[in-house]
Parts: sequence; structure tokens; C-alpha cells
Amino acid sequence: MAAENNEASAKGTPSPRGELLRVRNLRTTFHSHRRLIKAVRGMDLTVGDGEFLAIVGESGSGKSVAMKSIMGLLPKNAEVKADKLEFAGKNMLAMSAKERRGMCGSQIAMIFQDPMTSLDPVKTIGKHLFEVLKRHRGLTGAAAREEAIHALDQVGIPSPAQRLDRYPHEFSGGMRQRVLIAMALCCKPRLLIADEPTTALDVTIQAQILDLLRRLRDEEGMSVVLISHDLGVVASLCDRVEVMYGGMALESGLVDDVFERPRHPYTSALLGAVPNPNERRSGRLISIPGTPPSLVNPPDACPFADRCKFAADVCRTMVPEWRNYPTGQIARCAFDADALGLVGVGQGGEPCVCCGAKTGNVKDDESAKEA
Amino acid sequence: MDNQNQQVTPEEAVRCGAKAADASSDVILEATGLCKHFPVHNFFGRTKQVVRAVDGIDLAIRRGETFGLVGESGCGKSTLGRTLIRMYEPTSGKIVFDGHDITSAHGRELADIHRKMQIIFQDPYMSLDPHMNVRQIIAEPMRVGAKLTDDEIDARVAELLVNVGMRPDDMYKFAYEFSGGQRQRVGIARALSVRPEFILCDEPISALDVSIQAQVVNMLEDLQQQMGLTYLFVAHDLSMVRHISTRIGVMYLGRLVEVAPADELYENPLHPYTRALLSAAPIPDPKLARETRRIALEGELPSPLHVPSGCRFHTRCPQCSCEGCKQVEPTLREVTPGHFVACDQVQ
Repeated sequence: MAAENNEASAKGTPSPRGELLRVRNLRTTFHSHRRLIKAVRGMDLTVGDGEFLAIVGESGSGKSVAMKSIMGLLPKNAEVKADKLEFAGKNMLAMSAKERRGMCGSQIAMIFQDPMTSLDPVKTIGKHLFEVLKRHRGLTGAAAREEAIHALDQVGIPSPAQRLDRYPHEFSGGMRQRVLIAMALCCKPRLLIADEPTTALDVTIQAQILDLLRRLRDEEGMSVVLISHDLGVVASLCDRVEVMYGGMALESGLVDDVFERPRHPYTSALLGAVPNPNERRSGRLISIPGTPPSLVNPPDACPFADRCKFAADVCRTMVPEWRNYPTGQIARCAFDADALGLVGVGQGGEPCVCCGAKTGNVKDDESAKEA
Repeated sequence: MDNQNQQVTPEEAVRCGAKAADASSDVILEATGLCKHFPVHNFFGRTKQVVRAVDGIDLAIRRGETFGLVGESGCGKSTLGRTLIRMYEPTSGKIVFDGHDITSAHGRELADIHRKMQIIFQDPYMSLDPHMNVRQIIAEPMRVGAKLTDDEIDARVAELLVNVGMRPDDMYKFAYEFSGGQRQRVGIARALSVRPEFILCDEPISALDVSIQAQVVNMLEDLQQQMGLTYLFVAHDLSMVRHISTRIGVMYLGRLVEVAPADELYENPLHPYTRALLSAAPIPDPKLARETRRIALEGELPSPLHVPSGCRFHTRCPQCSCEGCKQVEPTLREVTPGHFVACDQVQ
């Protein structure tokens, strides 16, 4: 745990395994109508081998754009810069577009939020899979069919051989998401990026898909980056979490540490705004006043400064440096979290009648009242 | 209760079980054997099949409470809400609001009902007309059946905007100038403009960011206290529903399978579907999440075109699939005071 990376200034939550993806100072800017939209400004990311990493953030926090920048999936008006972008020891910045395309898809795969629009309605499920198999693995005919059936079977689609000749509209939302995962899997990628894979699905189906992702990680040893806004999903599934806000990563650490003892005021506020379904209500929710910041020419300041109850002048004049904590957590805040007295889940408050857990998140707090 | 049942078709009368509220409390809205079926037409315009979206609901909502309605998408929870406020014409059954039978109200009578029952929509982007400014949007329901001067409208709109935490001068702005949370506030101000007694909140926070959801939920609670409102809160976010609701009803394929006070439902769920649904809710606490055992539910919601026989849940039920369950449809019965469940296996 204590073994820090050699880059002390950069992101250093140590990963227990070998490093698969390493990103340093990723910056993505969109040029639009003579305006610059800085969707991502300074993101560091390390994904270990076989690690389940979560990137948490609200809409507009830059979490999807950051991952699409790495995959090279953004439109032409996007400008992607990074100090370092390495996958499995190879420098992706030095690769030609063709080399990079070959790698994204076979070694890094991505699934998207909306399984309804990610599949082509005029192609059969089989054709979707054959395309990937031909492009990345050169398989055709019976071999491709066999491999496609295996992939569908792996994601828990019943009678896969018959399903190959069906069209997407004959599948439900949960099944379509399974098809997308099967497409991502049939090249045996080392890294799967799942962009809000369950947001469009019901809780019972969501539970099935999350179980599937976890099983694939355990059985195939695949690394998974889960992009989500749902703290509950992250808590139950992931090893490590990275919190993003306003285009910047603000906190990173092991899931247990971050939820129990957040080191950034934003993380703490976010945890306080979500009620726990297993706890009795003990007061009003603590809401975060204001709205997320605009990404058009953002000032050099902490993006959360305008909504933070601890904000001081220093927060509005410079982007804070990373601060290291003994648990391996790092947070980008001008203040020491221990001095701020931030609460996470499971501390303070009244013990819950049903499960004995303590509520730290639903206390009445006058200072956090809405603006 | 028996009197009401006799006015329902014989088929529905069989289904009508216990009413999900005790008669002593002040009931504002009551439904008996309520059904809403949508016909599906084939190519030649003939009615081939029927979607049984709401299929025999008995429900009573008390004045001043927040009744939560949860279930998977396609279970009919939104349709039920909209039928209750007479946005949709009920196929059969009876709705009583404030002591008046509103099942077949129309014309002026219906307009009067809609002044007392309002709705907040899910999507704050689609539910506000982009061509109208905030003043026009909020004033539109007030103009129905009432002549108001410009000054009266200005004063009322300003008052409403302050109520929902916005500034009076926001009234000349257009919807696109606001963020999702602020748009939802405008939608809430519009619903409040006619001083309703009852508001159907149809997934009002699911399109909003986490940090904004808490703002809107707190505001809804404040408004309820100030104005004595009754809410029917339709949602699929199980943690927010527990937080805001007094009582909760769980729907499955057009029927209520369990109704109980919020804490009772979460601490002592009795119906196997409720148990599975609640156990699937993600818990924002890593340690608790690991300890919680999830009840995996096989398969997906059957189509409301082909509702399974007997207990509708028997095709997915992890506990029982005996012949009795496949043939006899269970009715909602009171197991402990205030806790109703529609499962014959529950003692």
C-alpha cells in the first residue's frame, strides 16, 4: 500500500498489480463556434492489471470524454493532449491512427450507456459479432460463428445459436447490453471500459449486468473501468474510485477508504446527498447548493470552489495541488481533509434500527442549506 | 367497501381485495378495481391484443402523505398515476377524489379536477415549451377558466418563483437559459400555480444530477409542509423513495403486490418480488454492500400483452412455483396492521 509511484507529484494511488493503462495530465478541448470547451483539463489515471476502477462524476464532469479521448472516439473538433498515454508499456501517443485503431477494439474495448442505440437495427446480432471477429481476429465462416456463440453464451444469453439470427429489436434492454458486452469480449480485451452500462436499465437487470461484469473480471482477469454517476453501483463493485468534477479529477483512492473517509469536500458532499436505502430517514438530505461549473474557459481555480462551504480565496486563484494521505488516497484540495472534518458514510448520526449502521449522511445541516 | 365493489364489473369485483388503507384516516384519493388497458391495433385497424398496463388496483392515499410507487419499467406505475389524476380515461373501476366520484368526469368538471390534481413530469427538457418564457409557462394553467389581469399574473408568478427558490426576474427568461435542476423548479412552479391539493410526481428527479436531486427533494418536502400537499411519488430510485415516502406501494405487471409504511416495507419486505427488488438496490456503502446478499431474479418482466396466469410473478418467483400459484391470483390482504401483501405463501 505504501509503495508510492516514482512520480511523486502526479497521481499515486499505488496499484497492487502491474500497470496496464497509464495516463498523465490528459487534456481534451473542444473547438466550437470560436469557443473553447475544456471538457477535461488535467486528468491522471492508472489502471492496474485485473483492477476494477470506477470513475464517478456528474454529467459534464468529463468522465466519458476522458475515456473516449483515450479510445480516440471523439469528433474532429476535439483536441486531445497528454503528457503520457501508455497502454501495456506502449506509448499510444506515438502510434499511427491505424495502429491505434487496431489496438482499440481488440485490446481495449468499450461499451456504452444506451444499448438501444448502440446496435444497428438492420443487422442481425450475429452480423454485429462477425464484423468484430473479422476485423480484429480475422475469423470468418464457421469459426466466426462458433466464436460468436461462445461469446453470447459467456454473457448469459440463453440458446445463443438461435439468437445469432435475431435482430436487436427482438431483444430487451438487458439482453442488448449483454450483446454489447459479448461484442466487446469476443476479442478478449485486456481492458474493458464500461460507460454507464446500467443507467438505462432497471435495478433488477442492473444487478444481473453488474454481476456479469464482476464475473468476467474474476474469470478472465480483465481490467474494467466503470464510468458511473451512481455511488451505490461503485460501492458494491469496484476496487478503486476516481472522483471527477468540472473536468478534473478531485480525489482517488480505494473504494472503502474514499466512502468511509472522503478527503475532498466534493466527495463528502456527494455522499451526503444520497440516502442509503438500508437506513431510516433521519432528517433532510444535505444538498449541495448551486450548479456544476461551465466548461467554457474555466478559470484557473478549484472547480468546486463556488459550491464548497470551506472555500477560501486561495481556492479561487489557483488549481490546488494533489495532497497525499496515509491510506494511499489523494485529493486535490488546498486544505488538509483532517482539519475540515469531512464525513463519509457509516459515521456519526444515529445507529440504524434495521442494520445497526450509522448514518453520517442525512443529518440536518444548516450551513449546507441551499442558496 | 362492498357497495363500491358492486359498481365495478363482475370480473373486477373478484379481484378486489382489501383496501390499502384503514377507513378511519382522511383519504383524499381512492381507487377501486382500477384498470387501464390499451388496445393494440393490427394493420387493418382491428384490435388484436390488449396491453393490461393497470389491471385491478385498489388504493387509498391519505391527505398530506407521500405515497411512493415503485416497480420496474413497464410495470404500469406511471400509467396508474396518470389514470388516477384523469389524464387517461380509466377502462374500468372507480376513482374517488375528495369524496367525489371522478371516474367519468368530463368538460368543466374535469377542468376543475385538474385544478386540484397536478403533475410534475420526469424530463425537464421535454416538458417545457421552448417558445414560451417562464412567465407564460407558469401562467398557462392559471388562465384556464379564470380571467386574470397582467398584474395579478405577474404577482402570482413572482410569488411562485420565490417559492421554488428562483428569482422573480427569471420570469422573462426562456427554458434553454436554465440548467436541468432549475427547469424542474419551473415545472414544479407550474404545477403549483393553480394551488393544487394533490400532485403526481412522475419520476421528478431521475433526469437530474446527484447533487441537484437532493435540492429538489428537499424543496418538494418544504412545499408539502407549507401548502399541505399530498404527493404520489412515482420513481425507480429505491433509496430516494424510502427517504421521501410515508407509505410505499410496489407494482408488478399492473398490480400492486405490496403496500406498507416506508420503513416497514424496507425492513420487513414480505412479497418475494419486493425482497428481490430491494436487495438489488445498490447501497452507497462498500462494507454494507458486500454484506448484503442479493436475491437474483431470473429473466425479465413478462410482456403486459401476455400476463401470466395465477400469480403474475410465478414465472420469476425464487420461492414458489407450485400449482396453486400458477392458477389462483392472490389478492392484497392485510398481514400486519397497515402492511398489505398479495402473496398466498406469506403467513
